[in-house]
Amino acid sequence: MTTTAVVLASAVWRALGTVVDPELDEPITELGFVAGCEVVGSEVRVELRLPTYFCAPNFAYLMVADAHDVVAAIAGAKRVSVRLLDHFAAEEINAGVAAGDGFDAAFPGLAGGELDELRRTFLHKAHLAGQERLASRLLASGRSTHEELVLLRLGDLDASSELDELRRRRAQLGLPADDEAPLLVDEDGAPIAAEALPVRLRFARTTRVSIEVNAGWCRGLLATRYGGGQSADSLRPVETRH
Amino acid sequence: MYAKDGEKYFVVDGHVHYWDGTPENQANRYGTGFLNCFYDYHRNLSPEEARWSLEHFQRQTEDDVLHDLFEVGYVDKAIFQPTYLTDFFVHGFNTTEQDGALAEKHPDKFIVNGSWDPRDGEAGLAELARLADRWGLQGVKLYTAEWKGDSKGWKLTDPWSYRYLDKCGELGIRNIHVHKGPTIYPLNLDAFDVADVDEVATAFPELNFIVEHVGLPRLEDFCWIATQEPNVYGGLAVAMPFIHSRPRYFAQIIGELLYWLDENRITFASDYAIWTPKWLIEKFVDFQIPADLQGEYGTLTPEVKRKILGLNMARLYDIKVPEEVRETERVIAS
Repeated sequence: MTTTAVVLASAVWRALGTVVDPELDEPITELGFVAGCEVVGSEVRVELRLPTYFCAPNFAYLMVADAHDVVAAIAGAKRVSVRLLDHFAAEEINAGVAAGDGFDAAFPGLAGGELDELRRTFLHKAHLAGQERLASRLLASGRSTHEELVLLRLGDLDASSELDELRRRRAQLGLPADDEAPLLVDEDGAPIAAEALPVRLRFARTTRVSIEVNAGWCRGLLATRYGGGQSADSLRPVETRH
Repeated sequence: MYAKDGEKYFVVDGHVHYWDGTPENQANRYGTGFLNCFYDYHRNLSPEEARWSLEHFQRQTEDDVLHDLFEVGYVDKAIFQPTYLTDFFVHGFNTTEQDGALAEKHPDKFIVNGSWDPRDGEAGLAELARLADRWGLQGVKLYTAEWKGDSKGWKLTDPWSYRYLDKCGELGIRNIHVHKGPTIYPLNLDAFDVADVDEVATAFPELNFIVEHVGLPRLEDFCWIATQEPNVYGGLAVAMPFIHSRPRYFAQIIGELLYWLDENRITFASDYAIWTPKWLIEKFVDFQIPADLQGEYGTLTPEVKRKILGLNMARLYDIKVPEEVRETERVIAS
């Protein structure tokens, strides 16, 4: 393996780690959705797999297209192919992503537009769940009451991976993510009133539970379908020949 | 009837099938994929002793069904929910007629539900009337992700769907079981979105809408709707088997449902033959919310379990509940 290939291979894996399943809000590398990843010279071939044959094609398309985009953006990756395996709509999705002409064109007559709105809906769910994780921890530790929570700014919180996540979601949604931004905001970035907070947090909790249960179900099905022994890590060695 | 620790439980399994998933009946790769997907559900969440071979999973005999549900499965009454999938299976996966033929031999054990599809237009309305008359329908199962030629799904709010819901009212069909799947039109939107249930539940207050697998994977959206619409119910098919391999998830699901809906609108189902009721019922009766989650969710009493396992569905379908079980209910209620 050449040094260039090793560098490229690890750049590909890092890039794939930024692609998330929009429903599950976790990287496809962590979820075990990357079935194969091969670097030959400057050519990169990625294969993705999903927990079931009938996983929703819109989310599948987003992951394949995102994976293609992040890998193609790596300097040194010349020819990039990302292919979805074992899925009822694999042919349409793979052809659509390779041609780069969008979801609507991949499913003529079945889609009424592109997927931006869908992605945004799920970013909002992830953002809501992320706020709840931080708020519940503060409430449980006794460090904040509901009245105090609504006054907290991001800069008031201790550093944590959850806080980093929240800032990333905010940036993706175009919502304020600086130290002065309130911890708790609605979908438009407006602060939450103290009296509205309990029911909002309660609903956010249900959203978080739903995402977590769903992710657990998908991990289990993936393991059932492809065998549980193969972790994402075992796929990591990427380059095989040059 | 199931009895444990001096408590008796009348069991209504709200969602069972008598299907033909054999290779001969699989019409194409979609039928094969569908059956294999179900088999993975079965293998993933069943305890080892309840896991079947693929061949056994593809088709059960009449004796298997009776054995699994009633002889060893504690079920008192089972409700057949048809799933036609005629684009995937030559003779349909699980039609009203297939279910009905078995139910007719054991009328005290089964309730037969029908189905309709708004894309069948006027002809489908007439067919629904025929089904209702032939099988005495009290309920229907709707699968909004069903493929039909070029169409890959429909919504409860489609204009023709309103005509069919009106017709249900006319025919005395009160219980509308709704199943969401992942391939609904238009594909660019959220396939599992349950917002259309909200709209029709408001428009048809005399009908009950039982959302199968409690809206999963959109549990939060389902809860939000159900808390506002008193005629929306949560069917536990698919959520139930988490109780074995992922009991904390199960505790969270049931805890969230009890918080938003209350104990009178949650109904048990095995989704047979994806899972068998025996172990589900045994584990559910033994189940308790883990100690560290009780602060949030409280605990499950035998009374709550009795309602979920049978009394709630018995109310929806006018099923006669034995005096001894009703007696326990009254004693505890007072």
